[in-house]
Amino acid sequence: MNQLFADTGVIFGRSMRQTLRSKTSLTFGMLQPLLFLALMGPLLSKVDLRTGGTSWQAFVPGLLVQLSLLGGMFVGMGILVERQVGVIDRMRATPLHPAAPLLGRTLRDVVQLVVQSALLVVLGVAFGLRAPLAGVLLGFVFVGLLSAALALLSYGLAMNVRTTPEFAAIANTVVLPMMLLAGLLLPMTLAPGWLDAASRIIPFRYTVDAVRHLYLGEYTDGTVLAGLGVTAGLATVALYGGLALFRRSARTP
Amino acid sequence: MPGMTPPVLDVHGLSRTFQLRSGPVHAVRGIDLTAGRGEILGVLGPNGAGKTTTVRMLATLLPPSGGRAVVAGHDLLDDPAGVRARIGYVAQSGGLDPSCPVGEELVTQGRMHRLSRAGSRARAAELAADLHLEDLLERPTAALSGGQRRRLEIALGLVNRPEVLFLDEPTTGLDPGSRADLWDLVRRVRRDHGTTVLLTTHYLDEADALADRLVIVDAGTVVAEGTPADLKARHGAATLQDAFLAITGRATDAPAAV
Repeated sequence: MNQLFADTGVIFGRSMRQTLRSKTSLTFGMLQPLLFLALMGPLLSKVDLRTGGTSWQAFVPGLLVQLSLLGGMFVGMGILVERQVGVIDRMRATPLHPAAPLLGRTLRDVVQLVVQSALLVVLGVAFGLRAPLAGVLLGFVFVGLLSAALALLSYGLAMNVRTTPEFAAIANTVVLPMMLLAGLLLPMTLAPGWLDAASRIIPFRYTVDAVRHLYLGEYTDGTVLAGLGVTAGLATVALYGGLALFRRSARTP
Repeated sequence: MPGMTPPVLDVHGLSRTFQLRSGPVHAVRGIDLTAGRGEILGVLGPNGAGKTTTVRMLATLLPPSGGRAVVAGHDLLDDPAGVRARIGYVAQSGGLDPSCPVGEELVTQGRMHRLSRAGSRARAAELAADLHLEDLLERPTAALSGGQRRRLEIALGLVNRPEVLFLDEPTTGLDPGSRADLWDLVRRVRRDHGTTVLLTTHYLDEADALADRLVIVDAGTVVAEGTPADLKARHGAATLQDAFLAITGRATDAPAAV
């Protein structure tokens, strides 16, 4: 176990340095939520989203989940490249714990996405967001869990597809309906009954509802707890799924 | 020397079948080979003969479909972790992160072999000096020449002072000068550290110049084995090229029949 932590730390350090070297990595995945914040957020400022509070208190949490979703789902692109040039094989031929290449990278992604989220919140405040600090900080826990879940699944997928276009096609196909159905941009409080019901099969729906309640300072009404349960559950499933997919890839050429 | 001590590499009936949609492909059909301490063993064969699949199995990257192997005193199937700690593996594709500086790749490789931070830095400095990489430590690996890349990849394979070094097609794509340098490097590694080297190649001149002993594989099986001189003598051939032709019935660059 200690060895797993140490090895995960080695890969985390390596991945973090990769991220810091790349000039585009901090903005990668962030551009879309930023554009939504700047160009769509102001349109909603006079609209009643029926979530209680201001439109920013509903809109910014949606953007945070969107950032996790987009940022997390596409991290597999990086490992695909490394797999194709043989970096993963080089690691696998050392005594490094077999789970460390997956967990170290995922940890890096969580750090990166939480930092990007914090940046987004700061910009949101500049645009007019006001929310309790405790709620905002707790919101980052949700962002971290969700980012971890998606990154684990993204890596698992990337290790088991043949080509980059194949990966991109699958990831894109998954992301867009999830994003719309979870009510990230506009909350499902506006939805007709059938759409609201359909959105309840999407786990991110519970995450975003919980973060919205956190931003309103409503910590105890069950929505936060339900969101935490679903998000943590998803992360747990993704951990086992991601590890299984990673192991599976070692058995095929 | 070879034969006097138990073999560092002892492979029996190693096989690998890939299940593809079009049906099973028998990439390796039961290979036997041995190599002693400090021996340079060349695995020679045409493209598609099963060389890379064999090396990937011996480097613990691909589970064999059948057979057994002992690598550096550890059983491949029962103790892959023991094997990994004692081998160096340099893939044909090299396995470098293009954006990573040379020095950092070396230090991280040491950390993956569980050296301490300080130990890893010391080993990196030692290898950089030994393999003439000192002036390149800050440079991203994408900016290296072909020969420099190969030197770095081999340095990475040597970080843990392996008993066995696997080199898969190490000179493919190198210019003649860099090839000659790489041959010298492989000989020096063997001489200075007694490392056993298994290298695959489809270049006959390379096999002739570098390997103490050759295993010729074709369509997933060993079709001949011996020193380059043996093989030539056995087939009354003046060159290894002629011997190879007599053994396999074709030149090395021709694709294997399916």
